[in-house]
This record gives sequence, structure tokens and C-alpha cells, in this order.
Amino acid sequence: MKTLLNDRRPLVYCPGCDHANVVQALNRALMQLKLSGNQVVIVTDIGCSGLFDTFYNTHALHGLHGRPLTYATGLKLARPELTVIAVMGDGGMGIGGAHVIASCRRNLDINLLVLNNFNYGMTGGQCSVSTPQQAITSSGFLNQLEQPLDFCKLAETAGASWVGRFLPEEKELAAGISEAVCHHGFSVLEVENVCTGRYARGNPRALREKKEHEHNPLFSGVVSRNERLEYGDGYRRLAAEQPAEEPFTEIAVEQTAAIDDRCEIMLLGAAGQRMNTAGEILCFAAMAAGLQVTRKSDYPITVLRGHSVCEVVCSPQPIRYTGIARPDVILALAPEGVERKRSVFESVKSDCLIIKAADVEIPPSQCRIIEIDFQQQCGITFINRGVAALAVLSCVHPVLNANMFRSGLFYRLKSRQLEMALVTAGRISSWFKENPQ
Amino acid sequence: MSPYFIDGNEAIARAAVEAGCTFFAGYPITPATTIFNHMLKLLPPAGGICLQGEDEIASIGFCLGASMAGRKVMTATSGPGLSLMSEHISFAIGSEIPIVIVNVQRLGPSTGSATKGADGDIQFMRWGNSGGLPVIVLAPVDAGDCYRLTHEAFNLAEQYRCPVFIASNKEIGLTRESVDLGSLELGEKIQRKCAQPFQDYLPFHTADNEMVPDFLPIGGDALVRQTSSSHGPDGYLTVDRQLINSSMDRLLAKLRDGGASLSLHELDNESGAQRLIITYGVTGRAAKEAVERLRAKGVAVSLLVLKTLYPVPEELLRNIIAWFRLVIVIEMNMGQYVREIERIAGNVPVLNYGRMDGVLISPETIVQVVGDEDLAQ
Ligand code: SF4
Repeated sequence: MKTLLNDRRPLVYCPGCDHANVVQALNRALMQLKLSGNQVVIVTDIGCSGLFDTFYNTHALHGLHGRPLTYATGLKLARPELTVIAVMGDGGMGIGGAHVIASCRRNLDINLLVLNNFNYGMTGGQCSVSTPQQAITSSGFLNQLEQPLDFCKLAETAGASWVGRFLPEEKELAAGISEAVCHHGFSVLEVENVCTGRYARGNPRALREKKEHEHNPLFSGVVSRNERLEYGDGYRRLAAEQPAEEPFTEIAVEQTAAIDDRCEIMLLGAAGQRMNTAGEILCFAAMAAGLQVTRKSDYPITVLRGHSVCEVVCSPQPIRYTGIARPDVILALAPEGVERKRSVFESVKSDCLIIKAADVEIPPSQCRIIEIDFQQQCGITFINRGVAALAVLSCVHPVLNANMFRSGLFYRLKSRQLEMALVTAGRISSWFKENPQ
Repeated sequence: MSPYFIDGNEAIARAAVEAGCTFFAGYPITPATTIFNHMLKLLPPAGGICLQGEDEIASIGFCLGASMAGRKVMTATSGPGLSLMSEHISFAIGSEIPIVIVNVQRLGPSTGSATKGADGDIQFMRWGNSGGLPVIVLAPVDAGDCYRLTHEAFNLAEQYRCPVFIASNKEIGLTRESVDLGSLELGEKIQRKCAQPFQDYLPFHTADNEMVPDFLPIGGDALVRQTSSSHGPDGYLTVDRQLINSSMDRLLAKLRDGGASLSLHELDNESGAQRLIITYGVTGRAAKEAVERLRAKGVAVSLLVLKTLYPVPEELLRNIIAWFRLVIVIEMNMGQYVREIERIAGNVPVLNYGRMDGVLISPETIVQVVGDEDLAQ
């Protein structure tokens, strides 16, 4: 058994500070477990407890206040074989509360050692989240107004699978730490310490209370109702079952484009009409004909309601600016989209083509307008208007032809969606044969 | 030609994995969320790790831990999340922890507009850390650039052991476009330089001719110390003025002396032009179009699109600006990078056009601003 204490870094704690006992107890525990320094990382934060890592010959990571569990999580998942011990004071438990709760819920095999001395020692004895309301601190009356937090109860509620509360008596504490380290899951071990430098003077009873303190039997190790799969084990198991991500879809140029300049298309629809999908079908179709494309969409941050606008640019040349101010084609398929882009109709080019659904009102315009009652004339439902409008486009505008459209559908859609889209396209093209424009 | 149809966010995720990233942690935030979505599909089946932190502080904290364990790591966020990450960005700078941080910028200030683009965090990325030490910020103009610069970002992070930002924008991240990935020139992949795992390893020691300390992972054979506090070569807290001083000098110098690898840019110079447009990010696309139109109208103009924003490529800028009578900086904010140009331009006057209302700056606007006859005087 070799000590892991760093003989070049003697303890610097105030005389009588309980942290010193915990340093010894942790060393004893690691020795009992026959761990060598390079098998262990001690992760600390700010305050007197934050000096902990310097006292040992182990790996060490000292970071920001309240955040040790975040580094510990990254370390443990990246190197599961490491014994990861995070040390925090009651200050860090307050500022990093979210990480404590999340770690309890996760159950990654990290050991959290909480050195609770009921105040911020290093900065001059201010109250912390665990300070009793009647205590005298340098935060004046403020702690009288806030209820102290019980870390063990919190940990148990949040799902920690091992929770223990100890006094800084070396032997018993060392046994507790060993048990916590051996536990395969997240463990929280709270030590109730006395801060002789900042707290005990104003609160002389703290010393006596400590001696009289009865161990809370509720928190003496494994929390059986929280016992479960360790996060890292679970992660690796589920990760291995995930299907490999598909590589990029490569688009082969097998069609011929009929435009020799930039063409801007604006799809104005509503949520639920799959405007984005329609825009992408158009893009794939254009790419299959060797064109360059860009696609942007605009929809409210909450979905399933409101406008859905998709802007597509197709061009034989590289596309620089992706914005559309004066489109060459507008597909007006729902009032929400038209409303959203009302200003576009004001400055519309005279040679712009507008394909509109019969039930959608648009501002008056001199452009060529093709109006279709999708439901009445072709039996096409509201949600399929995007694909239907593209089918119309493929009959009347050089940016899209029937072969390109077919390629676009095959690149973007699969199985049932593809079948439905092909049926929709077929209905539009037969309607066009009967009603030439 | 092998065209792919991808957006900037997917390009970043795919490029990260290609560059050897095996650890990603993020917190959902529009418009950066889809980077997380892609990483979640890409990494776990490939043996990598992708986590969702309880907040942005945790997400970048996970990354710092994993980076210290030797992984190539990345996180992605937007302005409000970047604000939360600030303390850990300072940690990564001062303690030389390699990490790539993607900022898909959205319209600010504060929560601003989640689905609108802007380049409003340019100075924030540079200065949003305590201590004010330098970082690297790369600015892509499109999805192809996202791919190329992400590859570059990992190389720089490993080489210089520092955070590298990718200053994307909603208008790049969520715009899907045809990209010819085959034509992109990607350099060699760089790994951080490792020390021999001797027992007396000094984590922050640099050899006389080196600027960056050799790395060893936490968890390896030799003991490694990492600390966010002022430290000497041994990784222990120090108050020794000389030690602190020399480490500050080194942190400054390692990026200042990076030279050409830190001056990525595209210059389209027209001989005889007196006006130079300087821009970056998505605005670079509109500027290219504007320059074509201006030249067609007989206005001679040159264009410099910066891809490395920080460290400011001062020498490059000084050399180029000296050829011109007027510099016009166009940016999607209320005037941020122009501050860097102004201090470098010397006697050459600098004009600034910026807007930050969620709308792209159009080629028409740039033509108007740059082509203005009154400017000739
Ligand atoms: S201030 Fe308190 S916690 Fe800090 S070393 Fe002194 S007694 Fe210990």
C-alpha cells in the first residue's frame, strides 16, 4: 500500500479545519483499494475544498466554481477505466446545482465528495445553500430568510444510487469513501465539516453539535430504489445498437436543364403542407439537371400552425446571394404564406409566373396566373398541394420538366410518400392534357 | 462534379467527424440544434460520444473534460448559449484545452430572434472571456466553407491548443445548397503534439523553440495536472510574477506568430481599383455578386473576404489596404469588425455599412453603398 499523498504539497488548511481529516481519509481509502495515482483523477473547483487535488499524486483537473461534475462527466465517458472523484464544497453545490441534479439522474460512475462546512470559508464566511437559518455569518441577516438545503435528501430525490453522510473521522470516513468508489454508479458522500477559520468562531455550538451529531441512518450507502444501470454501460450498449448514419446522397446529373440564368422560386404555404419537402424536391430535380441550388425556409418557431415559406434559387452558375426579392415563380398555396410575403407581390416582375390555389387570395397583379382548384379539379388534398404545384410547374415553366421532376421525387421521397406523390403528379398531368393552358 | 445537397450545419457535423472529432456535447438552441442532431446520428454508431448537457455550461464542460482525456471535441450553440459558455471559454484559453466551438449566430441582443440571422457576436467571440487573451475565429461564407473551415478549425485547435470558433450564421447553417465536396482542398489532419509519458511530465512546459506545450491525456501513464488558475509549467497554482508573465506572453505570441495558417481569406483584386470592399460570412456572397455588377457598370472595385477574423490578419490587411484609396467594410451587425480595420488602415479612410434586422444585406445595397459617386472625393 503506497500513499498517494503529495509530499511536496503539505496541507495549508487553518488549524483544526476538518478538510485536513478528509484529505487523510481519502488517501486511506484509495490505498485500501490499491489504486495507483494514474488510475485516479481528482476533479475540483473553487474554495478551500478546491485545493484538494494538489495534495495527491494523481491526475488532477481544477476548474470553475460548481462545474467539476461537468469535466468529470466528459473524462469518465472518454476514459471509462478511470476512477473519477469530484470534490465540491457547499458553495459549489449551490452554484452548480443543475449539474448535481443531472449527475444524480444520469448515474455515471463518478464519486462526488461534498465537503459541507455550512459557509463560504475562503471568501470570508458568507452563507451558503446549507447554512442554518440561525447561524451567524458575514452575510448579515440574509441566511435567516433562506432554508438550508439537505444535500443527501436532494441527491436521493434526484436519483443518486449511493448516498452517504459522514463525520470527518478518518477511519469510518475512509471506509465510506471506499464503498462509494466501489459502487458502480453515481455516489454522493457528504462530510459535515467544521470551518474553524470562518464559521466556528461565530457559531461555537457547531463544534459541540458535531460531536453530538447522530448519523442519519437514511443515508448510509446504496439507495436501493435508485439502483440501476450505470450510465456509461448503458450508453455504450445503446450506442452500439444505433444504425450507422447514411453517407451523403450523391446526385447524378442525368437530366438536361432548360434555363441559362438564375431562377428564383418562392413557395408560399402553411404549416402541414410540407412546403420544405416540396422545395427540396425542386432542388434535387434541378441538381439532377446539373443546376446549382439553394433552399431557405421561413416558419414560426412553434410548428404545426402558421406560415411555411420556402425560397429556392436554381442556376447554371454558382449561386452567391441566397435572398429572393423578385421571384420568377410564386407558388401561392395557402393564405398564411401569401400574407407573410405580401410585399413581394408589390414589386413582382411582369414576367413572373404565379401558380395559385383557387381558394387563396393574392394581391392584384399583371403577371401570368395559373389558378387550380386542387381539390375540385384533381382530387388533391391540402397537404399535397406542394407536390401538385410542382407538377403544374413542370408542365409550364423551363425551370422544371417532367423528367427532372421525376428524378427529384425519387431522390427526396421513399415508399408510400413517393407513391402518393407520383399519383398526385399523374393527376395534374392528365388534367393539363385535358385543359391545355 | 459530385454534388451534394447539404446545409452549413450538416457540413460542419460531417466535417468534424471527418477531422477526427469523437466527442460532441451540446444543448438544443435554434439555429444550431441540427448540428447536435447530426452528431447524434454520426458519432454513437461510429464509437464516438454525443451528449446533451443540462445546459450550455455543462455541454462545454463535458467537452473540456473529454479533450483533457485526449479526444478531439466540439460543441455548437448560438448567442445566448455562448454567453453561458463564457467561463469555460476562458478556462480553455488560459489552460490550453483544444476545442472547436461552433456559433451559429442569430439575431441578438439576448434571446433576440431565434430564426433570424446576424453576425452580431463577432467581437463577443473575441472578447467574451475573462483576461482578454486571443482566440481563433473562422468565418465561413457557405456550406462548402463550413466543411473546409471545420476541418481547418480542428487542425488549429490541436496545433495551438486553444478554442477555435466557427462564426456561422443562421443564413449559412440552415440554408441547404448544392456543394461540390470533391473540389474542396482539405489539408492534412493535425493531431496535438504529445510528450513522452515520463513521470516528471510538466504539463505547461514549452521547449525553447516551441510556443505550445506538449500534451498528455489525463488517464494516461504519466500524471497530468490541469488547472483553471494561474499556473507554472508544473500545473500548480503560482503567484510567481515572472512565471505568470512569461505564460501570458506565450499565450499572446502563439497565435500572433501563427502567420499564414492564420490568415485565411479570398481576394478578388481588380487592377487599378481604388475601392476595396472588406467583408466576411454570408455577406461575402452578396458582395461577390455586387462586385460583378459594379464592374459591369464600369466601377473598378476589389473584394477581400476574410475567413480568419481572429487573430486579426494584420499584416495581410495592412499590405492590401495600402493599394487603395477607400475601404468599405460591410457586415451584418451595427459595426464590429470595422473597428479592427480602422486601426490598421492608417491614412486610408474606412467606411462602414451594417444592418442587424434579420435581413440579408443584398447585392443591390452593396452596389449602392460602394458605387456611390460621392465617395470618389
Ligand atoms: S477557511 Fe475554513 S474551510 Fe478554509 S481552510 Fe480555514 S477552516 Fe478550513
